[in-house]
Amino acid sequence: MDKIVDREALVGELNQKFGNCAEVFEDNTNQSIKVKPEKLVEVMQELRDNPKYDFKVLMNLNSVDYPENFTVVYHLNSLTHLHKLTVKVELDKVNPQVPSITSVWNAANVQEREAYDLMGILFTGHPNLKRILLVDDFVGHPLRKDWKMQA
Amino acid sequence: MLKTQELTLNLGPHHPSTHGVFRCVLNLEGEYITKAVNHLGYLHRGIEKLAESRTYTQFIPYNGRLDYVAGMLNEWAYVMAVEKLMGITEEIPERAEYIRVIVGELQRIASHGIYFASMALDVAGASAWFYGFRDRDEVLDLLEMVSGQRLMHNYMRFGGVAADLPDGFMNKLDKLLNKLPAAIEEYEGILLGNEIFRARTVGVAPVSREMALDYGFTGPNLRASGVDTDLRRDEPYSVYDRFKFNVPVRQNGDTFDRVIVRIEEMKESIKIIRQAMEGIPEGPVMAKVPKVIKPPVGEVYSRLENAKGHLGFHIVSDGSTKPYRLRIYSPCFVNIGIFPEMAKGLHLMDAVVALASLDIVLGEIDR
Repeated sequence: MDKIVDREALVGELNQKFGNCAEVFEDNTNQSIKVKPEKLVEVMQELRDNPKYDFKVLMNLNSVDYPENFTVVYHLNSLTHLHKLTVKVELDKVNPQVPSITSVWNAANVQEREAYDLMGILFTGHPNLKRILLVDDFVGHPLRKDWKMQA
Repeated sequence: MLKTQELTLNLGPHHPSTHGVFRCVLNLEGEYITKAVNHLGYLHRGIEKLAESRTYTQFIPYNGRLDYVAGMLNEWAYVMAVEKLMGITEEIPERAEYIRVIVGELQRIASHGIYFASMALDVAGASAWFYGFRDRDEVLDLLEMVSGQRLMHNYMRFGGVAADLPDGFMNKLDKLLNKLPAAIEEYEGILLGNEIFRARTVGVAPVSREMALDYGFTGPNLRASGVDTDLRRDEPYSVYDRFKFNVPVRQNGDTFDRVIVRIEEMKESIKIIRQAMEGIPEGPVMAKVPKVIKPPVGEVYSRLENAKGHLGFHIVSDGSTKPYRLRIYSPCFVNIGIFPEMAKGLHLMDAVVALASLDIVLGEIDR
């Protein structure tokens, strides 16, 4: 099993430092926290640089189209403590916007572009938010549930 | 009148040194690169979207089409993720796990063989190319024996593998493993000791430890930059905790180190297969799993040490027979993100070698 961090303590510390911004997110993995989008960059910076957590690696950046919201999922990993954390950000269904974390991890650059391309999530502050896999004049975002396959 | 002008050059999409349909627009000053811009997506098939309209079982063969030179490892990564989601990881028979390790490590050798061969070709070492492909072909013969296919195996199943090892497999494997160390020595002799190869690779396009972590390098590329990490050792999945092997790490992070790490890894893979051959128990190769795969509501993120890095699957299940969302974390896709940064200031011919050293496969980048 994956080693996980003490989420209650982590959330408490984050809330104290950055104002009410994080909460424990209950799901089957027991390693998720939910963060408010406006505080995302500060929280990620803290998670990366605080030696107690030391999440030096962004393992994965995913976006999911749920019926009630868009969720951007960040999987973090620490090479020293070998523990994992999932950070979730819930976004508005009509206008999904989230700050880019390219300034924290350059690895997010291409993955955010992919999420923009296929899911239509706007990453504000991204240095080059353009389509990456599809052609520039493609209409729509295929991984959204309302996008139907035509074949 | 003479004047200096910056030149824009399209490298690819149809160019042998881009290893597929990768296009890079380069700004050149003389023969030095001032700016590089990646253009991906020429092989995009929308596999993540397709997954949402296929059942879990139907999606297994698609994985061979991701990283088409390491299909076995891709399938393994996917079935491992679904097994975790279903909670049947403990029930997989030991023999099946050992078979997975054997075919997985064989596939790693085949993938690194291609890497070595194409790397050699990119520095104009055409004869070394044949050595790499000669041995890879014999590995593929073995994989064909177990799965019936040379590249798109479709051999892994939820709860085990499709069929037991065929008669005569172990003998053939033993013969191959006896030959491989000498073959790898030949690789070292023909390429690594070569003066021209060294001049073209040592110190070229170095990636520091910090930069490698920042850009999300995984696998051999990360180990070449001095980060001692390997999922097989640090977070052992399957039965990897029973095998003794070293994790080759190099410090400079240059093109040469990225080659060396992979050559050393091939030797370690041989060691692992040897131990698996000795330890493999008799027994069934499939656990009892339901005919209709219906994982419970929830999600899983699972990674496997692929030949190119960590191949991750994030699967969100809504309790039906099809994944609600399936995300493939592709190591090549993230690794290639560093190329514009890496190419800046490089000589054009060195950029080609640096690109080859990242070990990209476009099937996995574009998905």
